[in-house]
Amino acid sequence: MNAPFNKLAPQDGVSRRELMVVGAALVGGALVVGCSPADLMSAGSKVEVGAFGPFIRFDPDGAVTVLSKHIEFGQGNHAGLAAIVAEELDADWNRVKVVHAPANAKLYGNTGMGVQLTGGSSAISNSWDQLRKAGAGARAMFVQAAATQWNVPASEITVKDSVVSHGSGKSAGFGQLIADAAKVAPPESPSLKDPKTFTLIGTDRVRRKDSQAKSDGTARYTQDVQLPNMLVAVVAHAPRFGGVVKSFNGDDAKKVAGVVDVYQIPTGIAVVADSTYAARMGREALKVEWDLGKAETRDSATIAGQWRDIAAGKGPSDLKWEAFDSKGDAAAAAGGKDAFETTYDFPYLAHATMEPMNCVAQVDGNKVKLTHGSQGQTLDQMAAAKIVGTLPGSVEIETLFAGGSFGRRANFQSDYVAECVHIAKKVGGNRPVKLIWTREDDMRAGYFRPIVHHAVRVTLDKDGYPATWRHRIVTQSIMKGSPMPAKGPDQTAIEGTAGSPYLKATPIVDAQLALPEAGVPVLWWRSVGATHTAFVMEHTIDQLAGKAGKDPVDYRRALYAKAGANRHLAALNLAVEKAGPAPAAGWTRGVAVHESFGSVVAQVAEVKLVDGQPRVGRVVTAIDCGVAVSPDQVAAQMEGGTCYGLSAALYGEVTLTGGAVDQSNFDTYRVLRINEAPTVETHIVPSGAAPSGVGEPGTPVIGPAVANALLAISKTPTTRLPFVRSQA
Amino acid sequence: MAATLDVNGKTISVKADPETPLLWVLRDELGLTGTKFGCGLAQCGACTVHVNGDPVRSCVTPIAALAGAKITTIESLGGAHPLQQAWVKHDVPQCGYCQSGQIMSAAALLAQNKAPSDEDIDNAMSGNICRCGTYQRIRAAIKDAAGMAAAPVAATPVVTKPVALNDIDDDIAAASGSTGRGAGQ
Repeated sequence: MNAPFNKLAPQDGVSRRELMVVGAALVGGALVVGCSPADLMSAGSKVEVGAFGPFIRFDPDGAVTVLSKHIEFGQGNHAGLAAIVAEELDADWNRVKVVHAPANAKLYGNTGMGVQLTGGSSAISNSWDQLRKAGAGARAMFVQAAATQWNVPASEITVKDSVVSHGSGKSAGFGQLIADAAKVAPPESPSLKDPKTFTLIGTDRVRRKDSQAKSDGTARYTQDVQLPNMLVAVVAHAPRFGGVVKSFNGDDAKKVAGVVDVYQIPTGIAVVADSTYAARMGREALKVEWDLGKAETRDSATIAGQWRDIAAGKGPSDLKWEAFDSKGDAAAAAGGKDAFETTYDFPYLAHATMEPMNCVAQVDGNKVKLTHGSQGQTLDQMAAAKIVGTLPGSVEIETLFAGGSFGRRANFQSDYVAECVHIAKKVGGNRPVKLIWTREDDMRAGYFRPIVHHAVRVTLDKDGYPATWRHRIVTQSIMKGSPMPAKGPDQTAIEGTAGSPYLKATPIVDAQLALPEAGVPVLWWRSVGATHTAFVMEHTIDQLAGKAGKDPVDYRRALYAKAGANRHLAALNLAVEKAGPAPAAGWTRGVAVHESFGSVVAQVAEVKLVDGQPRVGRVVTAIDCGVAVSPDQVAAQMEGGTCYGLSAALYGEVTLTGGAVDQSNFDTYRVLRINEAPTVETHIVPSGAAPSGVGEPGTPVIGPAVANALLAISKTPTTRLPFVRSQA
Repeated sequence: MAATLDVNGKTISVKADPETPLLWVLRDELGLTGTKFGCGLAQCGACTVHVNGDPVRSCVTPIAALAGAKITTIESLGGAHPLQQAWVKHDVPQCGYCQSGQIMSAAALLAQNKAPSDEDIDNAMSGNICRCGTYQRIRAAIKDAAGMAAAPVAATPVVTKPVALNDIDDDIAAASGSTGRGAGQ
């Protein structure tokens, strides 16, 4: 979720008026002159700010609580965010904890997006300046309070591990100074530390704060919410996307012990009960007839075939092509002798989080409270507000941990959240309703990474480097129809091909995008466009190197030099150096490098074939992510991102038959298990730049690295994913 | 019809229908929410508990099958079990949702095998899915808890201290010159 939200940022050339229009569209109201989207979307909020600002609270004993505007669902961002505050505050790291902030777009909006939303691997980068200032500001308040109490100059006061001291021997903990410090006016622009003096950021002391709770069963997820008088709901959904209820009979369902009621809601038929088991048994007893007249009925293979036809110039004549990164004579890119030509096909992918989608809602008239793992609080507020007829800002949200997201929990429809609010509205009386999706509900609900097709044609110059590059991408648009429609080509479809150093190094480029439609809900999936563009660019480069008779690593180095891609070069060199001269006997190496979310990741993967299937052993990773606030969590994200990307590359594929999703659970949607997991070594490129993304950039590189190793082993390129097709 | 279960050393009378999977009795009726729902089909292991010491997927085990059996959940480990200490030391969890099940599978393994090999770990743990991909740290933590040397490849990163932190703004500008920076930049 990188590019789409950049489009909302004024620095990207979007005017204030456009932002306002987006804001108004998001709220579903008219354009309100003179107020920002954040103002619009926080109107009605009752969130209060303490003396030390919206991000920091102190307990009476001086313990620090950092309020995170970003949800923690695995990324480790809470460790990094707390460390940024603790560093500037000079707080005792052992006495710093993190909680989720309440929902309020104005106080807690993502500064790059204008709405409160965690995404685009932006949690740390987006909060870097904001939280440094928050920490430094609070520190200055304590220093001033001590200076006044002790009648000494503030400049002579030092702070270390939550203790404020003066050379005269006077000292006091934060707890002793809170009352006075809270009365000091917060400084407008507190002075920030010289990063050379950081003592916490960038060290191995920055570790997760939630490991204990996540190891003893006490961490609280939506699934675990238990409130007095709470009902559990499950919903019968249409068997195809776009289907609606024609008629239903809930009599038998209501006879199931524990079932309280059955309701029709826009997305299907809801069964509410006093327990999860009763709700599920009730749903089995439901009789529903569906109207599938407007449903998507194509096979996924048919859709993929149509995308291929479009790229080959056999698509509908009214389908628009949009150019990106193009330069020079397009006719030349279509001509030339001895061209390298290939295509690539990518399937639908499910996010398949460990915790299936769920939500807890309470509705009383037009009052709403949501308790769930909210990734896009402002989006969820807007969806709920629209259903009950209130201001988005007045929708209260308690954000909990979520059992993974990988993009799934942030979508413009807030699909399952809206579903829960509809049910809670039917129940009424502020009675809590927990909506539970089963694994099957979750797998079949769509919001997949779309099917994507690439067609590539490259000619080489006399030295073997690309002279012309023709590129066609065909996919379904993620941003189309959203309140933040793409201006120009949908970046979520092209990022990674667009901006590629290889295209920069090529004199003539003709790159175009077509976005045909399908009735399947699609969404960003960890690393978004890079899920396919990294594969296409990196696997193509190895094939071009082969054609040119050059070593793939040297070939990349030469192209990075031509493109001025110094960060790519540094990451590649570090990974290659740390990998050492040669793999162990029987293993073959593949290399890939890709930039996403502001970070560059290079990987050397060691691969062998076991029973004809790829097995990945050691993966040496180098990342340039600017300042690594928490080096250990950067490593954790490289390990996890690699597994997530490898799982999809090896096995990930959702198929449709007659429009119905064929997969339902982990028996049919295979995912990576411990016996198939690689060992990832992480090396961080030294950098003084501000932090950039970490949660997603580790995902897209392993697929092409493995494909490149397989190319070296078998001389056969990979033109479609996954590597291992289902035997079904 | 009330059934009687032995959960974490306590005899408890429950109201649920005998066909109800143990998972939902633990979670909905007994409030033991450390045991998670992931798939409902014994495919992911998030619901793993011990029945008479053996790892069992509670999502497919009806309580009717558990008369007289000793049921143990993550809550019984107490928070300072050697595996839990190792999990914290290695910062194993990411989203954390699967980790109760991972730890229960690992606890059953270590109870029967004090020095598991990589293959033993694969066999005992491959029924537990982690979508965050914490497998490498799970392996290291199990070995650590078993009192063995951690895997030869460090789970913690090799970190080179940033060298040029003195002028961040200039460096941002320089670094972003050749490539498009990401969100928030």
